[in-house]
Amino acid sequence: MKPAPFRYHRPRSLADTLQLLVTLENAKLIAGGQSLGPMMNMRLVQPAELIDLNALAGLDLIAEKDDFLEIGALARHHAVESSTLVKKHCPLLAEAAGTIGHYAIRSRGTLGGSLAHADPAAQLPLVAATLGAEIVVNGKRGERRIAAKDFFVSMMTTALEADEIVVSARFPKAAAGDRHAYLQFSRRTGDFAIVAVAAVLHSRKLRLGIGGAEDKPLVFEDFSAHEDPQAIARKVREAVQPTESPRVPALYREELVEVLVKRAVARCLTSI
Amino acid sequence: MLDFDLTVNGRRYPVRAEPRKLLSDVLREDCRLTGTHVGCEHGVCGACTVLVDGKPSRACLIYAVQMQDHEITTIEAVAKDGKLTPLQQALHEVHGLQCGFCTAGIVITFEAYLRENPRPTEEQVREVLAGNLCRCTGYHNIVKAILRVANERRDAQA
Repeated sequence: MKPAPFRYHRPRSLADTLQLLVTLENAKLIAGGQSLGPMMNMRLVQPAELIDLNALAGLDLIAEKDDFLEIGALARHHAVESSTLVKKHCPLLAEAAGTIGHYAIRSRGTLGGSLAHADPAAQLPLVAATLGAEIVVNGKRGERRIAAKDFFVSMMTTALEADEIVVSARFPKAAAGDRHAYLQFSRRTGDFAIVAVAAVLHSRKLRLGIGGAEDKPLVFEDFSAHEDPQAIARKVREAVQPTESPRVPALYREELVEVLVKRAVARCLTSI
Repeated sequence: MLDFDLTVNGRRYPVRAEPRKLLSDVLREDCRLTGTHVGCEHGVCGACTVLVDGKPSRACLIYAVQMQDHEITTIEAVAKDGKLTPLQQALHEVHGLQCGFCTAGIVITFEAYLRENPRPTEEQVREVLAGNLCRCTGYHNIVKAILRVANERRDAQA
């Protein structure tokens, strides 16, 4: 359980980081290391060069803008879940961030790391997709913003180019009167969800995000709040095609999708 | 091999190690601080939890070389002058440990957590404790010890 040898780099500026990224062969970026660390310890990943982002200043800020919150890539999950700005303007994000791994994992893991890692069952990609967040990335051709629905391509695969890194994400603010729910099912506290559901009720329209079912988060928009939660749940269930796996049959995930969607919708309609 | 300094429990340790050497191994082998235990080495069991700048972190998911310019606190620095903290004393009194392998990680985690949330509910305690595996106790007495500390603080404030 020891990683293979690598060379270590700790750039102090974004420009230096990008320079290293285009120059070095077989390089990996590390931020919190809560996913990459285990993968390297198990030697599932063996980068020749490790670029540590933790010395980059100013990338952990949580800032309020006109109609969105901008959250730096190095913001730790614990900072996101306990931020008064996030709790006020993006309560779904705060709630979901508080369910990531365990306390010690959340104090180290980062928002940018989770988005770039793109685990199909992870909380932050699901919330980003459900809220229609934008991922801000920087590379040798400069900065660009990618809509979350285009950013997550498939399992652990994003629209990031090889020379690009995530610098922040912009989450639209919730409007007054919006409701939300985040529900996930896993066998043990702290495990990745088998299925996770994020729901937002905005001016009588429901938006639903499903994580863990397919190879990336799925988003369903424009359900009416007047529709029966059970009927919505059936429709979503029929629209997902969970991957079959020896441990978790597709049918099991379908059942979870239906049950969790029904509960999430009900929670949106009843929560104060 | 790289040469760098680590600050552990307020003391500087010169270290010579490969970049891939885990913080947990450097603490035990180079700093000779063997109170930090190594369990699963992939972030699941919580035995190696230490404080990095006051925040609980898995020492097996950090390379020691990353910790230059950071303050590390290990279990050795929790009791001051041989006097147990209220949490350590409570774990001792209510039988919150048996073999003790997981205990260092649990003490470190909850010294940090109780600073942040001094009066947690049992549900909150159990949620946080889920990050530390214990194969002996069945957790009940660990929860009891933590809640005793929380309640004593509540009584002291009342």
